[in-house]
Amino acid sequence: MKGFWRAFARNRGAVLGLLLLLLVIATGLLAPVLFPFSPWDMRGVPFMPPGEMGFLLGSDSLGRDVAAGIAHGATVSLMVGAVSTVAALAIGVSLGALAGYMGGRVDDAVMRFTEFFQTIPSFVFAVVLVAIFTPSLASIVVAIAVVSWPPVTRVVRAEFLSLRTREFVQAAEVLGRSRTAIVFREILPNALSPIIVLASLMVATAILLESSLSFLGLGDPNMMSWGFLIGSGRSVIRLAWWMSVFPGIAIFITVLALNLVGEGLNDALNPRLARQR
Amino acid sequence: MSGAGLIGFLARRAGKSVVVILAIVVLNFMLIRLAPGDPALVIAGQSGAADEQFVAQLRAQFGLDRPVPEQLWIYVSGVLTGDLGMSHRQQRTVASLILERLPATLLLTGAAFLLAIVAGVAMGAWAARRVGRWGDTIITVLALTFYATPLFWVGLMLVLLFSVQLEWLPSFGMETVGANLTGFAAVADTAKYLLLPAVTLGLFYMAIYARLTRASMLEVADQDFVKTARAKGVPEARVQRAHVLRNALLPVITFAGIQAGQLIGGSILVETVFAWPGIGRLAFDALLQRDYQLLLGVFLCTSIMVIVFNLITDLLYAAVDPRVEVGG
Repeated sequence: MKGFWRAFARNRGAVLGLLLLLLVIATGLLAPVLFPFSPWDMRGVPFMPPGEMGFLLGSDSLGRDVAAGIAHGATVSLMVGAVSTVAALAIGVSLGALAGYMGGRVDDAVMRFTEFFQTIPSFVFAVVLVAIFTPSLASIVVAIAVVSWPPVTRVVRAEFLSLRTREFVQAAEVLGRSRTAIVFREILPNALSPIIVLASLMVATAILLESSLSFLGLGDPNMMSWGFLIGSGRSVIRLAWWMSVFPGIAIFITVLALNLVGEGLNDALNPRLARQR
Repeated sequence: MSGAGLIGFLARRAGKSVVVILAIVVLNFMLIRLAPGDPALVIAGQSGAADEQFVAQLRAQFGLDRPVPEQLWIYVSGVLTGDLGMSHRQQRTVASLILERLPATLLLTGAAFLLAIVAGVAMGAWAARRVGRWGDTIITVLALTFYATPLFWVGLMLVLLFSVQLEWLPSFGMETVGANLTGFAAVADTAKYLLLPAVTLGLFYMAIYARLTRASMLEVADQDFVKTARAKGVPEARVQRAHVLRNALLPVITFAGIQAGQLIGGSILVETVFAWPGIGRLAFDALLQRDYQLLLGVFLCTSIMVIVFNLITDLLYAAVDPRVEVGG
């Protein structure tokens, strides 16, 4: 653990990313304290520039507080990012493990299926899914998971293919352990590091996807989100630049932080590769 | 490359593409069936604007009173003969709406892709010659930045800077309304409108291609055939161009093919920001009006675009790679 932390901290960008990420999480957690009202509440005069009338980051076309929207939106973005990544990992890891462990025809079939999902334009597919199943937190999470699992399957399959023939797996087979035990107790723990790195990048992509969906008006109507804020600022950008600028910066910081953390994890978990660079 | 090999390759790829397209049509059918509520109402749009007669007509068209396999057959055979259904809101066929908007999208994505690949490869090649210096660092930072910035937000910021503040470029549409320009003036007019959306869509890929080109040029430059070329006395400029760059382009082309779907998906966002009259904007309007038949038509169309684009990148790969013949 100590060695892991030292390797992670050697990458300065990763440490910066971790700090930024903690800042975003703290903002989301403290939102009910910092802004103890609903982000949908009208708090004053519409279109107030940042800093005026107590609006730190200005007010929107209905006099709502942009800063409150961003703070409350942090929780939504992070939650959607995390939950949809977990769901995508569940699909991707099971299919990848199945293909890599079984091999042969099963592998063939799973890879065809994966290839098909990689061919269809993922963002358009996500838009169609959310639109048809009506926008809600659940449909957004499902849509993001459905379009983001294929890379996981590829990575897990490759790991399983190479680990399956190793001695410790063969030993477990000879000892008569069940398939489930071999897959979950022997192989999967050894395939974890690329999955963890991929997962951190997937959270970032999921947050971008969620913001794009809610920018198009496909967000959960009961949830304040960064994409929604930018979408509502789009038509009045000549009048109120702050409505679209600040939520965009929030997305940028969060996604950048996650990408930096992902690189740091990669360096720490695959030290051999990191040194080569 | 030999002609017969090329035709065989194309035939095999076309066969595979047809299977994928068929699968997407079936997926569309399943989406309509899986959607909550009456499929006819889903197709008509759920906001209650659909009249009884239209819903009844849709039921007949999709054969909703018949068994599911028969419904699937009716739907698939309809789509394969070019019948993508009617857009109730616009009172026109989905196919005609999409065909009308397609050229604008092809222009936008084509321009963005060209910009990304030309500028990206140039920047990457430039950075590879200056490893570890500031130019190199800038490209890495740019790539990281664009990777973390939502596409639609980049578009809005460009509008804010170049249309609102500087008033250099128009912020929406495709041509000056009522100007009735012809010839070169019309082209110049469209180019002015195209610039911001194409840059928005292209910037991210430009950064990616620059990084890829840089990495793969550094890798290729160490290989034996490059040393051999130098030892033979080939001039350095030609070594860089014909030996290093040509081989370094291969991973870039592969990657461009993989990202085709993202590029085309991104055009929905960019067209929405800039009111560019392509199929992305059409999809956005379909969303607002809950016009699902139109939305599914756009989905099918963009999928076909990705498949065609992949085919083009495969051919390009074969044209650039001195070793590969497409037949193999």
